[in-house]
Amino acid sequence: MSVAKGKDTDFLLAVEGLTVSFDGFKAVDDLSFYLDPKEIRVIIGPNGAGKTTVLDLICGKTKATAGSIRFAGKELTRLKEHQIVHSGVGRKFQTPSVFEDLTVFENLEVSYPQGHSVMGALAFKRDKAVIEAVEEVAETIFLTCALNEAAASLSHGQKQWLEIGMLLIQKPDLLMLDEPVAGMSVAERKKTAELLKVITKDHTVLVIEHDMQFVGDIADRVTVMHQGKVLSEGSIEHVKSDPKVIEVYLGH
Amino acid sequence: MFDGYTSSELMSIFAMQGFAGLSLFSVFVLMALGLAIIFGQMGVINMAHGEFMILGAYTTYLTSGFFQLYLPGLFGGYFFVAMILAFLICSALGALVEWLMIRHLYHRPLDTLLATWGLSLIMQQAYRSIFGAREVGVDLPEWMMGAFSVTDLVELPINGLFVMIIALSTAVAVYLLMYRSGYGKKVRAVVQNRPMAEAVGVNSAGIDRATFALGSGIAGIAGAAFTMIGSTGPSSGQAYIVDTFLVVVFGGAQSLIGTIVSAFGISQAQSTMEFFLSGSMAKVLTLLVVVGILMLRPEGLMALKVRR
Amino acid sequence: MKSLSPLKWFASREGLYYLALVLLLVAVLPLVLGPFRLNMVGKYLTYAFVAIGLVMCWGKAGILSLGQGVFFGLGGYSMAMFLKLEASSPEATAIQSTPGIPDFMDWNQRTELPWFWEPFNSFSFTVIAIVGVPVLLAFIIGFAMFTRRVGGVYFAIITQAIAAILTILIIGQQGYTGGVNGITDLQTLMGWDIRSDASKNTLYFVTVGLLFLCLFVARMVQNRKLGRILVAMNAQETRVRFSGYDVAAFKIFVFCLAAAFAGIGGAMFTLIVGFMSPSFIGIVASIEMVIFCALGGRLSILGAVYGALLVNAAKSGFSETFPELWPFAMGALFIGVVLAFPNGLAGLYQNYVMPLEDRLFKRSKPELKTAAEPVATRPSAEKADNYDPMTNTCSPEKS
Repeated sequence: MSVAKGKDTDFLLAVEGLTVSFDGFKAVDDLSFYLDPKEIRVIIGPNGAGKTTVLDLICGKTKATAGSIRFAGKELTRLKEHQIVHSGVGRKFQTPSVFEDLTVFENLEVSYPQGHSVMGALAFKRDKAVIEAVEEVAETIFLTCALNEAAASLSHGQKQWLEIGMLLIQKPDLLMLDEPVAGMSVAERKKTAELLKVITKDHTVLVIEHDMQFVGDIADRVTVMHQGKVLSEGSIEHVKSDPKVIEVYLGH
Repeated sequence: MFDGYTSSELMSIFAMQGFAGLSLFSVFVLMALGLAIIFGQMGVINMAHGEFMILGAYTTYLTSGFFQLYLPGLFGGYFFVAMILAFLICSALGALVEWLMIRHLYHRPLDTLLATWGLSLIMQQAYRSIFGAREVGVDLPEWMMGAFSVTDLVELPINGLFVMIIALSTAVAVYLLMYRSGYGKKVRAVVQNRPMAEAVGVNSAGIDRATFALGSGIAGIAGAAFTMIGSTGPSSGQAYIVDTFLVVVFGGAQSLIGTIVSAFGISQAQSTMEFFLSGSMAKVLTLLVVVGILMLRPEGLMALKVRR
Repeated sequence: MKSLSPLKWFASREGLYYLALVLLLVAVLPLVLGPFRLNMVGKYLTYAFVAIGLVMCWGKAGILSLGQGVFFGLGGYSMAMFLKLEASSPEATAIQSTPGIPDFMDWNQRTELPWFWEPFNSFSFTVIAIVGVPVLLAFIIGFAMFTRRVGGVYFAIITQAIAAILTILIIGQQGYTGGVNGITDLQTLMGWDIRSDASKNTLYFVTVGLLFLCLFVARMVQNRKLGRILVAMNAQETRVRFSGYDVAAFKIFVFCLAAAFAGIGGAMFTLIVGFMSPSFIGIVASIEMVIFCALGGRLSILGAVYGALLVNAAKSGFSETFPELWPFAMGALFIGVVLAFPNGLAGLYQNYVMPLEDRLFKRSKPELKTAAEPVATRPSAEKADNYDPMTNTCSPEKS
């Protein structure tokens, strides 16, 4: 704890000693890592390494067995999911989860950070500020033209972007993306990389990704996970040449 | 509430009420086993389960009448014939219902609840039209009448013991089927990962139908056993359905042991309290406690902690 | 839609549907039916309150309660207790061994009024209790269940068990509740005789008025962002949660709203029928209320009113002519509405009648369509006035 105290001001996110076990199986085991503000961190690792579980723990979907997650000086492990969102953490899931029956506009509007209480949602009005914010985000995620389409009619890649847009409109400090380019075409991948570059100008981003090419394109630093623990951490060149990483993940 | 009883009287009361509770326990177990395997397998609650049970009871009633008329010499054994018939008829109807109705509703469990409720209304009215609104009872074979005297104060009726034996043997059979047979392995595979089970060649639609038929068949056995300790009317099944749901949910949805433990707990609590309070208050208190516990521990008594 | 003046709104498609219902309930039925039948319609309408609540709770938010009869009953019993106390003045009950208490208490050898009956001497307390008691119970149940993420079939079963508990309790505690007969022989509401034809007529119109009040509230909730969140929650609960919403709070709200509607319906039921008994609130009654909503169309609040009217009218019709056939019809209705037309009458209307209307009237304003009732698919959100969807002419690229 004493270590964390002094460093709270420096790190946006400090994960320390994080552990979760499911019926005795430790999916994440005494994990610690730290994110600087405006950093892009990519987590890589073989299947079952606990990458998605780490994101689940940070955003509150799964409750930690032990350890602490401090975000901008605030302990997240005891907060509820929506409170964590309000603290400034946004989470995108692996498979696109957008509201299929609503239009793109409505999807973004629902995520607009206002009227989140029951009474607030009753009183919420679509004013100029909302429309402007929606249009601005729509432009960023290349969906201006599709604002009035039902989300169900979007392509897989567009749904991924929409979900990223739904996070952006919340104006979070930390964005967590789980395999944002999985299942995308080459063109979409390129555009997503572009999108992430724009986003990272004013957000801290934590990404899970398998595509090493893509990882190399975007990452400031890379954390390699294996069996719930950190195997290696550092620049992309550093982890690529780490023999342990080559052994369990990259292959010779 | 224990005023005025000596301690030996109290012991006897607990023993007798405990045994009365065991009859209830037997009915709960038999009803709940069928519900639990269907619910565990497909997430479907069959609101007509009580009516399947009553179908088994009417089957037994007809069989006993048939034996009395045509095979009086074999009357002592009619129950076993009736039980097998009840199982077969109920599982055949179960398979039919699954094919006509349930399989279209797998992604809408709440709608299944409503549709099976509709089925239960139809079945009840059909019983009323065929057998009349009055309750019917069967004649017990000679060997099932009488009682064991354990002490001067404690007597255990043989029919109650017999029903309990049927309940426990059915439970063991279901356990063996689920955990020691190829069918059981497939069922568990489908429960855990339906697409993957299908990918490795398990006919999941067939498994669903078989499971629904099996659950309904066990309800038939429950009905046959039920006639040994009570009389049967068109809406007797409905009287048990809420309790049985609670037994299943309270036990933890996918745990057979949990179902049996909770059937035991609920039936014992109810019958012991019944002696000291009025029957309705005993029931109210039991249900309140169960609902209260479920609110605090919604996953039921026995549940695995899994990553969701 | 918000910007439409009331006059224009009534000329819109949705407005016309409401207008049609107003005409039916306020003009056509009172003119066509005699006092006895109109009183029956009033009774059916009290069930429509429950059905509207179920549309919000089950249709929109996906929370199926099989215990709405509990809230209906709490509202109804609150009203019945007040009326019973008024009917049990010491003068009117002078022949009892303890005058001044309800007759059934006297029959059960009770000699004083139980404490929980006392406040029902006050009419204002009673009015608050009619809504407050159901909402309080719904809040307790909802808080316990929804914060622990209990939903779906589990919630349905637990609410059904609560309906069972309340019924057994009321029947068992005859001396406090009137038992299986219920609270009967209700006569006056603050001196006003509720049994005369004239007052039954008045009660009918009061019910219709309250019904439209509830429809107005439900419509407002459904058309605001709140309504969109409820529907979104039903489809993508996790995404709603991670968009920063406290999902449990929204579920509790809509469950309490449905309970409030049911309580009002129950109180009017007591006034119209003149008594309240456990048979109106138990498991069977509660699940029947779901079918009112399902037949009308689980997503349509207007449909719910028609559903309640039709099912109950059919029930009365059958029980007068072929009582033994009614359970078959009811069973078939449950199965049919689920298997064959899950969006109920509203869905049928939208699929088959609305296209005809379109051809007949050649509607040219697409934005009015989105506001149309009944809505069988997901309700469309309102468009902002200064946001014109037509300016975006390019189509999204599909890759």
